[in-house]
Amino acid sequence: MAAKRTIRNKAIEEESGSSRRDFIKKSGLLTALALAPPSLVMASENKWDEKIAEYLETVPLSLEVNGVKHTLNIEPRTTLLDLLREQLLLTGTKKGCDHGQCGACTVHVNGTRILSCLSLASMQQNAQVTTIEGLSQGKKLHPMQEAFIKNDGFQCGYCTPGQIMSGIACIKEGHANSREEIREYMSGNICRCGAYHNIVDAITEVKEGGKAL
Amino acid sequence: MSKTSNINRVDGFAKVTGSATYSAEYKTPGITYACLVGSTIAKGTIKSIDTKKAEWAPGVLAVITHLNVDKPAGYEQPKKRENLGQPLQIFKDNTVRYYDQPIALVIADTFERMQYAASLIKAEYLKEEHSTELEKVKDKGKLPGGERAKDYNRGILDGYKNAEVVLEEEYTIPTEVHNPMELANIIAKWDGNKPILYTKSQGVEGTRKSVGNVFGIPAEDVEVHSEYLGGAFGMGLHTWPYEIAALIGSKKIGKPVKLVLHREQMFTNVGFRPYTIQKMGLGATKDGKLTGLTHEALAMTSNYEDFTEATVNMSRFMYDCANVSTKYRIAELDTCTPIWMRGPGEATGSFALESAIDELAHKLDLDPIEFRKRNHAEKDLEQNKPWSSKYLLECYEGGMERIGWKNRKNKPGSVREGEWLVGYGMGTGTFGSFRNPTTVKAKFLANGSLVLQCSVNDMGPGTATMMTAIGAEITGIPTENVIIEMGRSGLPKGPTQGGSATTSSVGSAVHDTCNLLVSKTLGLATENETFKNIPITDLSFANGAISSKKDTKKSVSLVSLLNNNKLEELSVENESKGSEEAKKYSIYSFSVHFVKVLVNPNLGKIRIAHVVSCADIGTVINQKTSAGQMYGGAVGGIGMGLMESLEIDHRFGRAINNNFADYHVPVNADIEKQEVFFVNKKDPISNPMGTKGLGETALVGMAPAIANAVFNATGKRVRDLPITLDKILEPSVAKA
Repeated sequence: MAAKRTIRNKAIEEESGSSRRDFIKKSGLLTALALAPPSLVMASENKWDEKIAEYLETVPLSLEVNGVKHTLNIEPRTTLLDLLREQLLLTGTKKGCDHGQCGACTVHVNGTRILSCLSLASMQQNAQVTTIEGLSQGKKLHPMQEAFIKNDGFQCGYCTPGQIMSGIACIKEGHANSREEIREYMSGNICRCGAYHNIVDAITEVKEGGKAL
Repeated sequence: MSKTSNINRVDGFAKVTGSATYSAEYKTPGITYACLVGSTIAKGTIKSIDTKKAEWAPGVLAVITHLNVDKPAGYEQPKKRENLGQPLQIFKDNTVRYYDQPIALVIADTFERMQYAASLIKAEYLKEEHSTELEKVKDKGKLPGGERAKDYNRGILDGYKNAEVVLEEEYTIPTEVHNPMELANIIAKWDGNKPILYTKSQGVEGTRKSVGNVFGIPAEDVEVHSEYLGGAFGMGLHTWPYEIAALIGSKKIGKPVKLVLHREQMFTNVGFRPYTIQKMGLGATKDGKLTGLTHEALAMTSNYEDFTEATVNMSRFMYDCANVSTKYRIAELDTCTPIWMRGPGEATGSFALESAIDELAHKLDLDPIEFRKRNHAEKDLEQNKPWSSKYLLECYEGGMERIGWKNRKNKPGSVREGEWLVGYGMGTGTFGSFRNPTTVKAKFLANGSLVLQCSVNDMGPGTATMMTAIGAEITGIPTENVIIEMGRSGLPKGPTQGGSATTSSVGSAVHDTCNLLVSKTLGLATENETFKNIPITDLSFANGAISSKKDTKKSVSLVSLLNNNKLEELSVENESKGSEEAKKYSIYSFSVHFVKVLVNPNLGKIRIAHVVSCADIGTVINQKTSAGQMYGGAVGGIGMGLMESLEIDHRFGRAINNNFADYHVPVNADIEKQEVFFVNKKDPISNPMGTKGLGETALVGMAPAIANAVFNATGKRVRDLPITLDKILEPSVAKA
């Protein structure tokens, strides 16, 4: 399955009617166009301005998210987190601080946990990204997701996707050999509801269960 | 144990798969992105504001300031000061009331363009002298309005002064910030003149009223969605300027606007637990009978709203003491208005009260639990009413055993584990158990499932799970066939989630309404051929079927009953509220936190080695989710005790540590061993299930438990939170 999207989710963009014609009017770089009124009118009608803006403002990006290939044109300053949440509409990955201080945005890139708020999307060329939405298969949950439910490893649920992605990585990295070690290697994921006790229970249970992750 | 007493969270699947939709995540066609630009002075007026560059930046749809705002109709009304009236009237004029107060709203077509454009806005100010330091306005405290804030006196005023043994001390807590993991956020849009909000609110009905007031429209015209909240801890109990700004912006551009605060703005714009200075005076006889207790508090509020909480109130009834006086004052500072933070008032007050009790016990050379037992209150002396139930002594016993209290020595610094000094401490907590009127609609569907509807929401404790459990218990419908619809307007009116009242209020309404639904179903069944001539009292409803009690072979399933009557559903909507009988009693939850700390005398490092949290909360509806709240309350208390403090640079009135790197909260490595113990005895008065509240009392008493344990380990008494290692390493402790 492949999906081609441009700068923003198409469905949303068409509805919004947000115009790039403003860009023509406002961009100093393209002032020259404005000096030729007929060109401006034509540019507007043919949405050339949209195309020029897209060419000037964006960079191409190919990446795979949860097994789905995306070929996109994105603004270079877009973070992986904002790409996931605002453009691919995968809102399971959470924004808690935008500064790499809370862990809510943890995803796996090529099998390694990273903070998606600290990663520019444009740096993820050809990367394989796994988010919380990519763990379960329909109703069949990943063992870590099951363990979080069984051990009540959350309350409000907002840090949970990050905790689960970190928890899986914590075991895969070989950092889940004791409760002490789990606590240490899970300390980049803040849970303000204070479910740490149960989070450690969940990760311990999955580690001891020995299932392939 | 009932079948439902340990069920998993019913929203667990949604939360672990990322499919739970929080406010800013609603897929909204035509969405635009907004942010707020904050002031860079704490007090004064905006002289000029340059928005031109931002307006001309790519993708910008609008920049709104006080100069071009279409003022909401409610701004015409004079703003009432008392107790959290209308929120700050954002963009009303050029007045700056606190640092980082929003002075402009920027809306653009993409998130990135919005962020960039916002960086282009520049303002110039006429600065005025600001005041952000409570210690400097100690003499400016004023008596706030409201019954519970009044001065209180029982017996001799300041009677403690006449006692054989007297303790007088001052305790301080700094500003603490809720900081739920989900940022404050909203999607705002309009349907004609009717606003629609997807927002982080703890009370759907409260937000409707508040927004209605601002825009001069009836509350019924305000649509609010707040199904999932990524934590709130009190932060969602007020309507904040960001919500009004997003609505103003959306109205202006005619498109939906998404506004998510930055983490930095969470420290400055959506409330906090107020900096509070408390004075305690305690007196006792030499053999440990408390004879006098005076508790005075001075807390901060903003310069545009009064905020109060019950800081001194638990001192009035917690112990058996003849002479009790309390005073509560607030002083204005140039900051955002505080808002109740988990265990509000009581968490602050208990730090002073429970520290002072520990100090006095030490002076009397008594075990602090023994001292508390000698002054155990057999009734509520404040209201002069009996307790509805009180199992505080059982909490003491349960905690002493589990923490290993017998290993504690009264003399500080006398227990060691290797290089670590070992200390044991405890603190008692309490919180009123309230029940608010709540309407619930319960309906059986033709497929045999039960639907429960209420506008109440769930910021994390497990409201939907509790409703499911109670609904399933009453009707016998399996929990997996119970459907909860909640967290939005248009549903039967539920209470605000706060004050630990949700289970008592909504749970009772589910209980009562489901009973009525079962009766209605049995009534319908009496018309059925199978039950001809059988009175309703001889019918029962169990396992999804109606049966005759005398002849169980006579049975009709709910599904066929509805189908036979060509009904798609059978429903009852009912308002449920507390009884008159309950008013004769004093209904409180009680909690006791026990803590074992390890303190490194050379480094000052404090480890919370073991926590045992005990509570008398009446019936425990769900062991799993209740334990989760108790664990979480203790963790919150560890933050309060050891880490959390919003530091202000008073030269500028500006928050210094407005991020998670500098404002420390407990992380996984800070939490070693935790246990929870519930007495789990039904309260005969509180409500039909016999529950009392949990969420607030789960935190109350934890910070003093830590302070008391640190004293027991080191002999160092820290009276100003948080207990950081520099305070441990002050010279007096070096040779403890």
